[in-house]
Amino acid sequence: MDYKTVLTTCAYCGCGCGLYLEVLDGEAISTIPSKTNPINEGKLCVKGWNIHEFVQHPKRLTKPLIRKNGILTEASWDEALDYTVSRLKEIKEAHGSDSIGFLSSAKVTNEENYIIMKFARAAVGTNNVDHCARL
Amino acid sequence: MSEKVKTRVKELLDSGKIRGFLGLKNMNGHIGPHLFSDSNDLDDLVTGDRERPGDSRYPLNKQLINFARCYPEETFGVLVRGCDERGLKTLFTWNQLDPEKVVPVGIACPQELAEGCECLQPYPDEFVDGEKADGCSFASVAQVDGFDLAGRLEHWLAEFAKCVKCYGCRNICPMCFCKECTLESKDLIQTGDIPPENPIFHLTRAVHMAGRCIDCGLCNEACPADIPLRTLYKKVADIIDQEFHHRPGYAAAGEKPPLNTLGGAPEHLGSVRK
Repeated sequence: MDYKTVLTTCAYCGCGCGLYLEVLDGEAISTIPSKTNPINEGKLCVKGWNIHEFVQHPKRLTKPLIRKNGILTEASWDEALDYTVSRLKEIKEAHGSDSIGFLSSAKVTNEENYIIMKFARAAVGTNNVDHCARL
Repeated sequence: MSEKVKTRVKELLDSGKIRGFLGLKNMNGHIGPHLFSDSNDLDDLVTGDRERPGDSRYPLNKQLINFARCYPEETFGVLVRGCDERGLKTLFTWNQLDPEKVVPVGIACPQELAEGCECLQPYPDEFVDGEKADGCSFASVAQVDGFDLAGRLEHWLAEFAKCVKCYGCRNICPMCFCKECTLESKDLIQTGDIPPENPIFHLTRAVHMAGRCIDCGLCNEACPADIPLRTLYKKVADIIDQEFHHRPGYAAAGEKPPLNTLGGAPEHLGSVRK
């Protein structure tokens, strides 16, 4: 029997509430708020209380997928990246930079959001960039 | 307050009586629940008093239930205060835990904490550390009872309107173990509203706490909207005591909760604390 309580930070929003993931035999079975964390003081919102659910959810994406003939099929990282780069270049050539939009995430780090912002503005040349906190 | 607890836990682990001890540990700068299984690794065992007594308590019984469901043959030790032991006794009568498979290690709460909790009995039957503090009466309940009916309704409707429906009160409650919860059933509660159906959502929970709530106060601590849930559940417990002479966790071993019994109210006065 392998049981541990793993102190971590909620991934959902920028608050960063502290919580424990209860892991029994390799499966995250529940979430317990951290009483001593100065940010949330033992409380969580409904998203934080259910953070353990998505970690090992069967519907999580585990491999790159490319839609071929209308069906999403598994691809390698190289194939997926090559496809993305070539298609973005084509679209930018044909329809202009502002025809492309970027949607990032409030769940990633500031550094990752900086990269996507830089990519959108400097590499592609558009300011159509935002993230899920605004949806 | 942890040295005597550590000694007792070491004894239990070394004797092989328990597979592990579910207690609290100081790790990564925080206090959190932990299963101790190595008797030589108890240095960071604490009792949940970081800055003030009892400020970092967790629903350890709830984790015990998870263990019992997956490993019903194993025996575990658990840190208990007065309220946790009431919880254990009640969970035994509700068949969620097997008394043969749980070894409680008790600590008594200091007077300061007893008063903060308005606890009727701030110590378990047996404890290895701490001293018996005096039980306290429910001043918070008396205060609300002091309003007239209209005032009481206004008070509670205003409190419930703050609710963000995080389900924290239910999630943290060591006595909530139902696999299908009424509060999530759209046939019974109008789901999809925030604040949730006022006052039905909270009154439903309060009614479900009848004969179940052992007054640990973790619900109050988990509520991000600071709703005085505990006061409401204390009142419910008072009503059950008046009508059925029963308080969860204070009854003699094996005594069934009155709401699980078909028949009239008991004639005798049970072992009730008041």
